[in-house]
Amino acid sequence: MFLYRAAPTLSPVEYMVRSHRLRWPELLPWLAILAAFFAFPSYLALGAQVMIMVLFALSLDLVLGYAGIVTLGHSAFFGVGAYTAGILAAHGWGEPISGLVVGGAVAGAVGLVTGLIILRTRGLTLLMLTLAVVSMLGEAANKAGWLTGGADGLQGITLDPLLGLFHFDLFGRTAYVYCALVLLAGWMFVRRLVHAPFGRSLTGMRENTARMHAIGAPVRQRLVTVYAIAAALAGVAGALQAQTTQFVGLNVLSFELSGAVLIMLIFGGVGRLYGAFVGAPIYMVAQDALSRLDPEYWFFWVGLLLVVTVMFARGGILGVVDQIRRKVMR
Amino acid sequence: MHEFISALVSILFHGLAYAMILYVVSVGLSVTMGLMGFANLAHGVFAMAGGYVAVSLMNGLGLHFPSAVALAVLAVAAASVVLERLLYARLYGAGEIEQVLFTIGLIFISIAAAKFAFGPTQQQLVLPEALRGEVEVAGRMFPTYRAFIIVVGAAIALGLWLGLERSQFGARVRAAVDNRRMARSVGIDTNLLFSLTFALGSGLAALGGALGGELLTIHPNYAIEHLVYFLTVVAVGGLGSIRGPFLAAVLLGVGDTACKYLLPDIGAFFIYFALFALLLWRPAGLFGRA
Repeated sequence: MFLYRAAPTLSPVEYMVRSHRLRWPELLPWLAILAAFFAFPSYLALGAQVMIMVLFALSLDLVLGYAGIVTLGHSAFFGVGAYTAGILAAHGWGEPISGLVVGGAVAGAVGLVTGLIILRTRGLTLLMLTLAVVSMLGEAANKAGWLTGGADGLQGITLDPLLGLFHFDLFGRTAYVYCALVLLAGWMFVRRLVHAPFGRSLTGMRENTARMHAIGAPVRQRLVTVYAIAAALAGVAGALQAQTTQFVGLNVLSFELSGAVLIMLIFGGVGRLYGAFVGAPIYMVAQDALSRLDPEYWFFWVGLLLVVTVMFARGGILGVVDQIRRKVMR
Repeated sequence: MHEFISALVSILFHGLAYAMILYVVSVGLSVTMGLMGFANLAHGVFAMAGGYVAVSLMNGLGLHFPSAVALAVLAVAAASVVLERLLYARLYGAGEIEQVLFTIGLIFISIAAAKFAFGPTQQQLVLPEALRGEVEVAGRMFPTYRAFIIVVGAAIALGLWLGLERSQFGARVRAAVDNRRMARSVGIDTNLLFSLTFALGSGLAALGGALGGELLTIHPNYAIEHLVYFLTVVAVGGLGSIRGPFLAAVLLGVGDTACKYLLPDIGAFFIYFALFALLLWRPAGLFGRA
């Protein structure tokens, strides 16, 4: 993996104590989100989409960046969350927050069950099984047209006002703030989790599984746990998307979406907690701008950029920033 | 009773034809993955390229089916060596995630390139006169094209099996799969071996893509759409094995066809259940080394 950091010059204890203190650059994303609300009032819908993808990429970072599980099927949980919240809202359960919670819970349960099965394997087989899970769910959503709307997509999602007070308006102001608050909660949760002993043990398993086994850490149990937690978070992101766009299409359960979120995270930087905050906005804004000019060949540029990133800039944008900073400081 | 048997024979026949295409495309992936430990998700791109090249040689230059397919195989194999030396080789020692991302990047590029060059619609493979119509075997009529595919697929499987089990080249490949460092230290040029095997695997994929153009239709999303099937054949068969993918392809091809025919509503799920069941039972695949 390409996510190691510079060796700390501090003593190990000092390093551990300091690593979870809040530093000022960590507030930048929140200032940006606040500023964007006032600066781009006509782009709030895109802004909400970006924040949803940040949350989704953040959940992938837990699995891929911290636990080191390479997955091509993370969209399975996004899709399950989206369909759950969407189906609830389309059948009269329009209360948004409970819809979000149920979406996350169902996705987490799917993550737990599939994790228990597929995390017995490793390497290529695991990769293929993660892909098989999302293909299978996609096929199921396609076949169950009476429930999911099939290829036409799920329509007729209507939401109650948030907390009974704030209506979801045409300009997307409520949706933007709603997404921002959910993202804030998700970020605080993930940040706490990765600095807790549980998160530290994930990093240990990523770096040296055999040693973690040797010191008696319950490796498989923790992998399944983090897989289910990340699935629940991805489900929340999916539920947010269903609620804010009031539509769920089959593309939420696709390899393409899994690939896209993987790419966002890689562009930003894996295993850094903030890669998602850098990669997802750049990807989403670039996609929005480029696909307007040249919708057919968006994939070409993404593919090329991906090959170049892997060849020359492992560690993503934040990795490159780190390298430059280290050179300047020297 | 008579109808039941004829349905059974028909399922077996169509399933086998499907299985042979799956096998021919996937076997190269199994060997290169076993040999180099490279998670090459873009393997389907070579199959798609084979299909496109063959179709355009036939439609554009008016070549006959056999020569078009042969040229397509050679062209794709040659192009794959260039890719292997320039790009793949840099990532042999790298982690799984880099290889996955790199090959996803290749898939995305291939989608855009295919759309740019050939448009978004699927390509029609025009079969020669000799492969259209039906052929009589044991008092039953079968479509000639599918019978041809079964014969070709079985011949390739036999040829590969004999070639890799009995020849010096095969012995080297198996030695390198088992223990790359040891193979290198007894004087086997593993880099050359990798390139040759990669070319062979991509060439076979191109053959499968071109021959199977009627069964797995050739369109820009080919590499993504069939990715699960190719990977399934490899994972169920066991990495680095020649016999494994054959058995896996037959099992999945016939099973998939049977379930889709007998239970049209839920038959598409067969492959996933088979996959989970088989890999829970044998995580390293049918013929894999644990």
